[in-house]
Amino acid sequence: MTRSTSAVAPSSPSPAARGGAATSPSRQRRRRIPQSVLGLGGLIALVALVEVLPRIGVLPRRYFPPSSEIGSALVEQAGRAEFWQAVADTLQGWALGLAIAAVAGVVLGILIGSSRVTRELTASTIEFLRPIPSVALIPIAVLLFGSDIESKLLLVVYASFWQVLIQVLYGVQDIDPVAQDTTRVYGLGPWARIRYLTWPTALPYVMTGLRLAAAVALILAVTAELVIGNPGLGKLLATAQSSGAIASTYAIVVVTGILGVLVNVVFRWVERRALSWHPSQRGDIPV
Amino acid sequence: MTSVLRRIGFALGLPIVLLAAWWFASAGSTNFFFPPLSEILDSLVEEWFGPRLAADVLPSILRLAAGYAVAAVGSVALGVLIGTSRAVRGFLEPVLEFFRAIPPPVLVPIFMLVFGIGDGMKVIVIAFGCMWPILLNTVEGVRAVDSVLSDTARTYGITGSTRLRKLVLPSASPQIFAGLRQGLSVAIILMVISELFAASNGLGFAVVQAQRSFAIAETWAGMLMLGLLGVLLATLFRIVENRRLAWYHGLRRAQRSS
Repeated sequence: MTRSTSAVAPSSPSPAARGGAATSPSRQRRRRIPQSVLGLGGLIALVALVEVLPRIGVLPRRYFPPSSEIGSALVEQAGRAEFWQAVADTLQGWALGLAIAAVAGVVLGILIGSSRVTRELTASTIEFLRPIPSVALIPIAVLLFGSDIESKLLLVVYASFWQVLIQVLYGVQDIDPVAQDTTRVYGLGPWARIRYLTWPTALPYVMTGLRLAAAVALILAVTAELVIGNPGLGKLLATAQSSGAIASTYAIVVVTGILGVLVNVVFRWVERRALSWHPSQRGDIPV
Repeated sequence: MTSVLRRIGFALGLPIVLLAAWWFASAGSTNFFFPPLSEILDSLVEEWFGPRLAADVLPSILRLAAGYAVAAVGSVALGVLIGTSRAVRGFLEPVLEFFRAIPPPVLVPIFMLVFGIGDGMKVIVIAFGCMWPILLNTVEGVRAVDSVLSDTARTYGITGSTRLRKLVLPSASPQIFAGLRQGLSVAIILMVISELFAASNGLGFAVVQAQRSFAIAETWAGMLMLGLLGVLLATLFRIVENRRLAWYHGLRRAQRSS
């Protein structure tokens, strides 16, 4: 939680964000109060504020339960099998959708990106399909699949697929022409070229794409549950809200937030591990 | 001349092929869920570009614009304040990251409790949901202002609002625009989602209404309308960004080719 540079990376790898990510680790050097202590203080202050404001009547208590009540609702939820089932359902839809989107995005991205003709041929179509909001698919998902898991998957896959595809397309175009000529001269076959040239070049982009896709996939999984009624945290939230269990509603919102943070942290860790060889992750070299 | 033709051919080729494939594949379709494209387009022109344009599409766009504008102005202002001080930034960052990690649509039920079900709630939902990417990107952009430029400005005695307008905002603007672009797609999602709960008009409301009454062609047409809106807004955004950031893109190109 101490680094946030990559969390604010834009949805497409604009040079600003990539440049920012590459230079920022050098800014971490000298610190008076450690970032983690400051950040912890911030979180404690938030909890204290949410505790105090409703109690002294600044916020209406009916709608804003103090954090102690949210906390006890959270503990109560955590003791129920139903809650953990909902978490498992949400994560299952998320993971499955993300996996499908990632594989499809990487394969198609490499296929399309490898040739200039296919790249130019598909550019306009991709530019048109990508900004279509995935929630536009909700009606047709409901019509076709009802509240089965397929309707959730449709939304998750559509939303996260573009994140991966766009990044892979950028990545494949980033190939060093000298390295490319070298592989030709050495007579590497198409498969070996993908394995030793295209994939390592595109990997940083793939990782960025995956991290963005993972966040989007979670949003869409919960949204689908909330709106369509697939089993999961979103449905639990809708039930809690409509039965007037305000503290539980807030508790589930907190849980989705924690899931979101976890997804982000895990993917950033994976990114660092997978790219430990890459210059952008070895930030102590002065640029 | 030929290169222009080539580019047009490349740009239009695949979309035309796909549309033609959809048209012919669905032409005699009797499948209830996949009506012929001609019916969908009829519905699009008659319904969505007809009476529904003023009744449903316009209110949606107005709410979107209001929420997005509030979020953009508020978040950039707040982001500049937070980004300027290292201590404030460190203090608030985990909190902001947490709020950003909450999937925005889950806020709709809560905001419904607090603010009722009127237009105000929808605008607040849109604003609250799309402010986090803008805010966090602004903080990051302000934080990363070039230290040489910053020192130079200080040496020349440039402070206050001049410093803000001439140094901080321009150098943070690539990041701010990245945040604004992310915020826009969140705003469109929230525009639709907020209308699915207890609304009486709006694009999302009308599409779901069509779906619930099994008006399949109209449902498809509504989805096309949403898609067109998304594409239109993304294009508008790109035009604005290209104009405002022309200096930056030129700079990047020069740096890359050198």
